[in-house]
Amino acid sequence: WLLVCLLLKLFSAVEVQRPRGVPLSKRQFYEEGKPFTCLDGSRTIPFDRVNDDYCDCQDGSDEPGTAACPNGSFHCTNAGFRPTFIPSSRINDGICDCCDTTDEYNSGATCQNTCRELGRKERESLQKMAEIAKEGFLLKQQLIHEANRGLEDKKAKLGDVQGSKKDLEAKVEALRTVKEAAEQPEREAKERHLKAWEGKLSFKSISPSTVCNDVSVPELLSHSELDPDADGSFTEAEAQGLLGGVDKVDTAAFESIWSNVKEKYMSEVRHYTSFFFLINSKFHVKFILFNFGFGICFRNLEKEISFDFGPSSEFAYLYSQCYELTTSEYIYRLCPFNRVTQKPKFGGSETNLGSWGKWAGPEDSIYSVMKYEHGTGCWQGPSRSTTVKLTCGKETVVTSTSEPSRCEYLMEFTCPAICQEPPNLEISSHEHQEL
Amino acid sequence: MATFTARMAPLLVLGLALCLSGTWAVDKGNFKTCEQSAFCKRQRALKPGESPYRALLETMELTNTRLTLQLINDNNKVRLLLELYRLQGNITRVKINELKPLKPRYEVPDVLIREPTTEPLSVLSQDENGVVLSLGVESQRVIISARPFRLDIMEGSDVLMSLNSRGLLAFEHLRMRKDTFSYKVTSTVASVWDNIKRVFSSQADPEAEKKEEADPANQAETTKEEEEKVEDGMWEETFKSHTDSKPNGPSAVSLDFSLPGVEHVYGIPEHADTLRLKTTDNGDPYRLYNLDVFQYELYNPMALYGSVPVMVAHSAQRTTGIFWLNAAETWVDISSNTAGKTVFGKMLDYVQGSSETPQTDVRWISESGIIDIFIMLGPTPKDVFSQYASLTGTQSFPPLASLGYHQCRWNYNDQEDVKSVDAGFDEHDIPYDFIWLDIEHTDGKRYFTWDPHKFATPKEMLQGLMDKKRKMVAIVDPHIKVDGNYKIHNEIRSRGFYVKNKDGGDYEGWCWPGSASYPDFTRADMRAWWASMFAYDQYEGTMENLYTWNDMNEPSVFNGPEVTMHKDATHGAWEHRDIHNLYGLYVQMATAEGLIQRSGGVERPFVLTRAFFAGSQRLGAVWTGDNAAEWGHLKISIPMCLSMGLVGISFCGADIGGFFKSPSTELLVRWYQAGAYQPFYRAHAHVDTPRREPWLFGPENTALIREAVRQRYTLLPYWYQLFYRAHVTGEPVMRPLWVEYPQDLATFALEDEYLIGRDLLVHPVVEEGARGVTAYLPGKDEVWFDVHTFQKHNGAQNLYIPVTMSSIPVFQRGGSIIPRKLRVRRSSTCMEHDPYTLYVALNLQRTADGELYIDDGHTFNYEKKEFIYRKLTFANKVLSSVNLAPDAKFTTDSWIERIIVLGASKPSKVTLKTADGQEKQLEFDFDASMSVLTVRKPGMNAGADWTMTFQ
Repeated sequence: WLLVCLLLKLFSAVEVQRPRGVPLSKRQFYEEGKPFTCLDGSRTIPFDRVNDDYCDCQDGSDEPGTAACPNGSFHCTNAGFRPTFIPSSRINDGICDCCDTTDEYNSGATCQNTCRELGRKERESLQKMAEIAKEGFLLKQQLIHEANRGLEDKKAKLGDVQGSKKDLEAKVEALRTVKEAAEQPEREAKERHLKAWEGKLSFKSISPSTVCNDVSVPELLSHSELDPDADGSFTEAEAQGLLGGVDKVDTAAFESIWSNVKEKYMSEVRHYTSFFFLINSKFHVKFILFNFGFGICFRNLEKEISFDFGPSSEFAYLYSQCYELTTSEYIYRLCPFNRVTQKPKFGGSETNLGSWGKWAGPEDSIYSVMKYEHGTGCWQGPSRSTTVKLTCGKETVVTSTSEPSRCEYLMEFTCPAICQEPPNLEISSHEHQEL
Repeated sequence: MATFTARMAPLLVLGLALCLSGTWAVDKGNFKTCEQSAFCKRQRALKPGESPYRALLETMELTNTRLTLQLINDNNKVRLLLELYRLQGNITRVKINELKPLKPRYEVPDVLIREPTTEPLSVLSQDENGVVLSLGVESQRVIISARPFRLDIMEGSDVLMSLNSRGLLAFEHLRMRKDTFSYKVTSTVASVWDNIKRVFSSQADPEAEKKEEADPANQAETTKEEEEKVEDGMWEETFKSHTDSKPNGPSAVSLDFSLPGVEHVYGIPEHADTLRLKTTDNGDPYRLYNLDVFQYELYNPMALYGSVPVMVAHSAQRTTGIFWLNAAETWVDISSNTAGKTVFGKMLDYVQGSSETPQTDVRWISESGIIDIFIMLGPTPKDVFSQYASLTGTQSFPPLASLGYHQCRWNYNDQEDVKSVDAGFDEHDIPYDFIWLDIEHTDGKRYFTWDPHKFATPKEMLQGLMDKKRKMVAIVDPHIKVDGNYKIHNEIRSRGFYVKNKDGGDYEGWCWPGSASYPDFTRADMRAWWASMFAYDQYEGTMENLYTWNDMNEPSVFNGPEVTMHKDATHGAWEHRDIHNLYGLYVQMATAEGLIQRSGGVERPFVLTRAFFAGSQRLGAVWTGDNAAEWGHLKISIPMCLSMGLVGISFCGADIGGFFKSPSTELLVRWYQAGAYQPFYRAHAHVDTPRREPWLFGPENTALIREAVRQRYTLLPYWYQLFYRAHVTGEPVMRPLWVEYPQDLATFALEDEYLIGRDLLVHPVVEEGARGVTAYLPGKDEVWFDVHTFQKHNGAQNLYIPVTMSSIPVFQRGGSIIPRKLRVRRSSTCMEHDPYTLYVALNLQRTADGELYIDDGHTFNYEKKEFIYRKLTFANKVLSSVNLAPDAKFTTDSWIERIIVLGASKPSKVTLKTADGQEKQLEFDFDASMSVLTVRKPGMNAGADWTMTFQ
């Protein structure tokens, strides 16, 4: 009923007498029969020169309904849809611009009035968006809650790690003594020493994974000393091999990998004849892994705590997650706050499209755009970069990717964290304006 | 578009890529110097001196319009046949070929629009030293001197031009290779045959016979000596890894021209060099050999994408032209007796009266074919233009929309991209007419196809553009992917239409699609087939608002010698060597024909080409190829397009913004401003550069670009009528100042400003950070009006104009009337019915005149006299419109909405009288400070007769 009422009022609004192309808000400046003063005040002309297809006012205000002024604008009422201004150069150019067809009154163009249809569609999509926003906003509240809890946990964990590191450092010191002892003994004692060494060196006890969340390929890659074949290039494949063929492992999985690593080194080291070398090597490897593990823990935790996850940490849940989109040629992968990559669908190496740079939205919505920078360099060009545009959605998903300019990628990403509290949709604001 | 190196580099070894990425200049090592081009080296080694050629006057035959005469080379006794014609319109044609070549030598077809009309020649006098012929007009004569042979064209007592005056005529006759068996056999047979012929011909040629017999020993000796002088590169030549097999051996031709009184020569495009050609004594000659040059360098004589072997010579007394009709690789040497002299030195000569006459000497060298030259004797610049037009035709009359703004990029990625760029223009209220698709729109670089994912529904896309009254251009290159599943390839192969390699197989080279073959566009049947491929049912997904771009048609062959086709590839009976510079013209010819045919002959085509030759002006537009986003490239776009205009090609432009690299915002804005006043107005960018649509540089710069583009659109009526005139008369649209002020020495070397038509003088800002420019305003009796401020300036002065980022210094000549359409809309088509504003700029005599041409803007109906052509005159305080073409019929909705008189005095009343005898008083405004009178809404139809009286 309200809507019908509004529409009726709109139609009656059209009836209000005013020169073609003048919005209601400016109606009072165009008084039938009275001299017209250009809206910039520059001159006054007889009223019959308003819309007489000759531009008299510098500001174009005497020809709101013709194309005579280069800087004029024409108001389409667009009853049923949204009123709008178009440049007056679009009046009678044979192209339908206003959904109410009022811009083409003398061009021979046959335009259909599509305002009602557009209005319906717009209302539908606004409705839909509002629903999404509503649900998304609810999800966002949960995310904020979880994020805050998670942050506290992590801060606590950082403290734990610092504590256990000290603890473990002491243990390592003890092991060093064992090792040094092992290096001294006589040949016939070696078996015994070894056993003792093995026994004390419980992986469980020193594995850094007890306090870490994840260990991933890129992290391993920064430790070239872990290169299994020591050929000077530590590849992603090799790192994946160490992690058991995946990109990233969680706490539990790291345990088994840890023993894989152990086995690997054991087997390789068996080729050598020197028993002491064996002990040495094993100690060496473990020592490195030990430090390495803690290093990651510290870095990760510190980094995570320092990130800007939005005003209420609502984006925190994206951290250490990855989202993929497969196109006809590539698999795109967005790991928020980390990096964007592209991998050919049918084999080929992965390309870095940029690492986390910053939030880069316009001032009023800085969290609507993410910028990833300094990816793999382009030939004769800049290094690759990706702009991620965030829109409100219930799901967290990459919806499209494109490369508008060579090496400059654009990704559309929906997630609830960007959702805003939906406005009250009962009355459409633009209809208000017109009335 | 780019060359091999630009696009294929990712596939190359890293080393090469690294090596290239460090510099942004052409790799000169990829292209030959004269020294590296065997025939050029051989010919250039000949120094001026006594010519070995002698005219055998006794062999002279003169019919009414044709003179023939044999020339003999006293060193090797090889005879040449000289033909001399007097052509209609003050042109002399001189042809020199071997009298009896071993096999026919190539004569360039399809460039002359028809067999030129000859005029009678008559012998004025003759003795044993020579012949004097009358050229019919005035006191012009041709003097043929016999010993040594030379040819002088005189007017009164002045020599206008001399041929072979420096003795550099050289004609490498076709010969048998002597180290082969076939040579021995054939030469024996040939000598027997020669003896037989000699017996029979002795009757007809007793004098020559006597001379030859008089000294047989000498002849035998010199012949032997000559034959033994086999130089490197005569029968085989290797450049980098490419070997040219040269089965026909040496075949070069060369001739020198002396131009007394001439210090300025122009033309012979395409070179990235000054408008006024430089002397070449201390470097390489100017080279004409269509090549795809990667990142070309400025200010040097290296060959580029196109060739027009036409030189224009100008002095305060006279303008002449030389058209050297040869499509093989050509080099042009220029020297001058004043070149080394300083201005002071010249002054001293003048004061002392001791000066020799200044003279420019020119020498043309071509690798094969014959000598076929057209000497255009002017005497005015416009005479030379119409003389040249009478030979090779005029500028094609382009569709009006193609004079608007073109938005191009390598590449617009997909239909969605096209849609959003199109919408961007509307959002930012910038007009444009054409959006372009580069090679990536195709299905795997198979031309005439669309990428099935990115351009799945091309008609939908084209319809979307059509709904906005806009158009599209898609690229169609001449290299055809060798792919058994590709219809175009299969058809061409099965019809035997491909160019053949030296062994007779289909020539294959490497280009965008990978392995590619090249259709033999020199064949008329091939061209007809190609044209038929543009039919809407053949070229799927196309509609009438899709036009074509021919790139890479030099032809570009990535793995060929100098990035082009092997010279020993064959086109039927001819080698690629003979036809090379013509290939690109033929590609555009076939394509333009295709666009005409698909509309049933109704619609004018629009085809852009990169390679060109003499005659290409008949076929469409040309751009200056793969330039770079550098200030120097913006600057050189002016002399490059001026040079083309002088030799007929008016529809010229450079990539706005620069193709390679990324322009600074200032450069981009300045380029949009300069380009708005050049004939072909297209922005283009390399695939590796960031996006640069006009609205990506902040609102302030968007506004500057919008304003530049809008200025272009307001002037479209003027551009259109200038193209109509160019089409009718052959005179260039964009022209150097000296064309209109031929006696003003100050204009002869100007290349930072130019005229559009006769009436607009443009001095674009092409310097970074410019605070002002100094424009030379020519003409002692002229006045010029700043088109933006209406400020009046006197002629014959250097005017300093302070500039800001929004300035585009343009002046309208007092004495002219220029029509504009001030209601700039989304595209030119949207402006079709809009009214005109006439800008009447009065000269010191308080008169002015101009023209107004109107037609439907896109069909050939103007040939059926469907147009409006009016003369606008202001004299004795009366402005009138008179029909220039009373037999033509066309109606327009357009009317005259405003008249602006610059340099006016205030009238007491303005009265309009229309054809029906009705009179009405018009309202007007007068701005006394600027002396500008604006007449309000006279309202008469643009096609009507009327007079307007200012009392």
